[in-house]
Amino acid sequence: MIDFGYNINTDRQIDYDANDHRMSHFILSREPSYNLCIGCGSCTATCSAGNFTDFNFRKLHLMIKRGEISEVKTKIQKCMFCGKCLLVCPRGVNTRNLILTINCAIDELKL
Amino acid sequence: MSKKVVIIGGGIAGMEASITLAELGYHATLLEKSHSTGGHVQDWYQLFPNRRPAKEVLTFSELRMEGKVKTINDADIIEIEKNINDFRILLRNGKLVVADAIVVATGFDLFDAHRKEEYGYGIYENVITSADLEKRFSEGKKILTHDGAAPKRIGIIHCVGSRDEKSGNNYCSKVCCVTGVKQAIEIREMLPETEVFCFYMDLRMFGRHFEELYKESQEKWGVSFIRGRLSEANENTDGSILLKVEDTLAGKPLKMKVDLLVLLAGFVPSGGTKAIGKMLGLPFGDDGFITPKDEHTSTNLTDIQGVFVTGSCTGPKSIQDSIADARAAATQVANYLK
Amino acid sequence: MKVEGKRLIWKDYQKEIAEDKFFYVRSCIRQTFFPGSEWAFLKIMKEVLGKDVYENPAHTTCTGIGYHSDIVPFDTTMTVVARQFALMTEAGYQNLVPSCITSFGLYTEVMETWKHFPEEEKKVRDYLKKATGREFEVPKNLAHASDIIYKFRKQIAAKGKYRLINKTTGEPLKVVEHIGCHYAKMFPSKGVGGAEYPYVLTGMVEDWGGEVIDYPERRHCCGFGFRQYLVKANRGFSVACSKKKFESMAPYKPDMIITNCPGCPMFLDRWQYVISEMEGKTYGEDGHGIPVFTYEEVAGLILGFDPWDLGLQLHQVPTEPLLNKIGIPYDPFKKYLGKNGEDIGIPMKPSMLNA
Repeated sequence: MIDFGYNINTDRQIDYDANDHRMSHFILSREPSYNLCIGCGSCTATCSAGNFTDFNFRKLHLMIKRGEISEVKTKIQKCMFCGKCLLVCPRGVNTRNLILTINCAIDELKL
Repeated sequence: MSKKVVIIGGGIAGMEASITLAELGYHATLLEKSHSTGGHVQDWYQLFPNRRPAKEVLTFSELRMEGKVKTINDADIIEIEKNINDFRILLRNGKLVVADAIVVATGFDLFDAHRKEEYGYGIYENVITSADLEKRFSEGKKILTHDGAAPKRIGIIHCVGSRDEKSGNNYCSKVCCVTGVKQAIEIREMLPETEVFCFYMDLRMFGRHFEELYKESQEKWGVSFIRGRLSEANENTDGSILLKVEDTLAGKPLKMKVDLLVLLAGFVPSGGTKAIGKMLGLPFGDDGFITPKDEHTSTNLTDIQGVFVTGSCTGPKSIQDSIADARAAATQVANYLK
Repeated sequence: MKVEGKRLIWKDYQKEIAEDKFFYVRSCIRQTFFPGSEWAFLKIMKEVLGKDVYENPAHTTCTGIGYHSDIVPFDTTMTVVARQFALMTEAGYQNLVPSCITSFGLYTEVMETWKHFPEEEKKVRDYLKKATGREFEVPKNLAHASDIIYKFRKQIAAKGKYRLINKTTGEPLKVVEHIGCHYAKMFPSKGVGGAEYPYVLTGMVEDWGGEVIDYPERRHCCGFGFRQYLVKANRGFSVACSKKKFESMAPYKPDMIITNCPGCPMFLDRWQYVISEMEGKTYGEDGHGIPVFTYEEVAGLILGFDPWDLGLQLHQVPTEPLLNKIGIPYDPFKKYLGKNGEDIGIPMKPSMLNA
């Protein structure tokens, strides 16, 4: 192997077909309201943690749906369970239970 | 002797206008370019938002027309002459029809999806339009890929030929979003093992029960939605279609394979709208549709005495819109002729 | 896939290509990477087709590299371009044929700018007159050299000795065609076939017996943008672009790649070596890589020119497997002998690529 002085850039395109969708399926089976999200961002706007850290709840569970789960384990730890997201969601997604279910998934799928 | 009204265009708006006028006591003649009345509704399977059969709406109109409205099919109009008191409409077969008032109900055509080169319609066999899909539903055909397999995933693309400067159409065609959601549900019902993804920029659920239909598609049927406009569709070695979109809510480009791609083609003013509008000297908007006398207060009137407009020749409309608009036009005609 | 669907689109994008009397302007860098290509173009035009092609040694770069790297301001670029036009006018020609695709894009851009902003043209006439005393006329016809070869592809096929067919199986060769970005992406109406399904190289391949492959990343840039790779630290981006294309075309098992830009074949050829050394991954059969050609090289091979006269020995991905497939004879011992039979030295063998 030769070092030419640069690295080949990694592809940041979400490759849906190549991604791991086990977490998404796990969550959908335990919390069907996960299907109802329309990505409006109300939850993220009101999120206590989101105001002071880079925790973006909307993006987090969207990424799970796309199978981009490499950072979920570290990012999810920022949620403080205050429940403000649950109050505002216009579609009735049980957001708080989503967090709990994501944590279950991390344990059971050994991620 | 009752006054004569000629309605040009035998689609749902033209039919409803003719019936209403006949019931008001006028002598109504409906001129239809093709072999049969009914317009585009003849090609639809189930109507949003409640998925009732399109045929029921057609039958509702057809039954009321019987014996009351004179219908001339295969009517190719070559000239319209305006005189002080009436209009003379000349058909290609030499027949002359005289009218005291004209209702233009020439409607729309669907955007020709071949023109959206990068989506591969007409090139990749697994790319079809919403109209093609609706036809398969109507004919009771199974929804299969080009080589006869059951599709594992179907993609539906919103805004094809609409809201698109490159297609020459900046406007929104209004009804395609709810059609996409309806077709997504229909597919999921027919093919429970098939995933369905809708790719949209906005979801325009403007009508009553539309938003609930969207919620139902997610909750009951598990349809997935990705906010991002399709930039390219390509073909894989096995004939499946590879999509390139940006998942704008994720902020990243995304690629995904689908077995069948459905393009929600929008409205364009029909050939008939362009021709008849030109013959009568009606004004067209930048979007190519006919502009009525006033867009709030006189949407069925034109600046030409005795010429009225209704239906989607003045802009994209749903079937509910068209039927209501047609009856409104009829009252305007009655007001003029009394 | 229905090719008839593509033919409908190709019909919409036809352009005027001059018949004869061309003023040829060379590329800055092509002769370094693909030395035989411009020579082959001139030989084909003058000897095989009997055309009048004139070049003036006083012509310069079009400043494309400098302009696209933000070093040369647009006013300077326009004036240098005007000087090229002046040389053309002084020699009595009206048909401009650039060898480089970025030049083609730049000349198109300048001419379009002057069409929409005539005051710019006036300004440049003034600059040129003051700087050099020259006056110019805007070319009546601007066509890239590949457009010319496209126009005469059938004549070349008729005079050809070989076809793009695998002589063992009798099947047409599977060819990936790659257009330079500046050919049609900016001005789709100025490219034969438009930007979605460009026809300029496809037409050549079809008439020369091959079969064009449609693969998902066919539109993707190869990464040869001056501002992208000039700085070493950015080169990973360029390699990643080419790699994306290779990964996409590999399942279609192409026999060769044909291009019409100076930079594209350079990258598509050299990066296969780089990727093999950095990641151990090779494309093509048995680690031989997918050979990359300029359209002049392919035209020359069809007409029976000697592969070493065409400069194929300088390709990083060896072209011999393809020459064998077509049945074009070559003398392997003459490969690294220079013009007078002198030994020009043999390169090191790459560790991964099967050369």
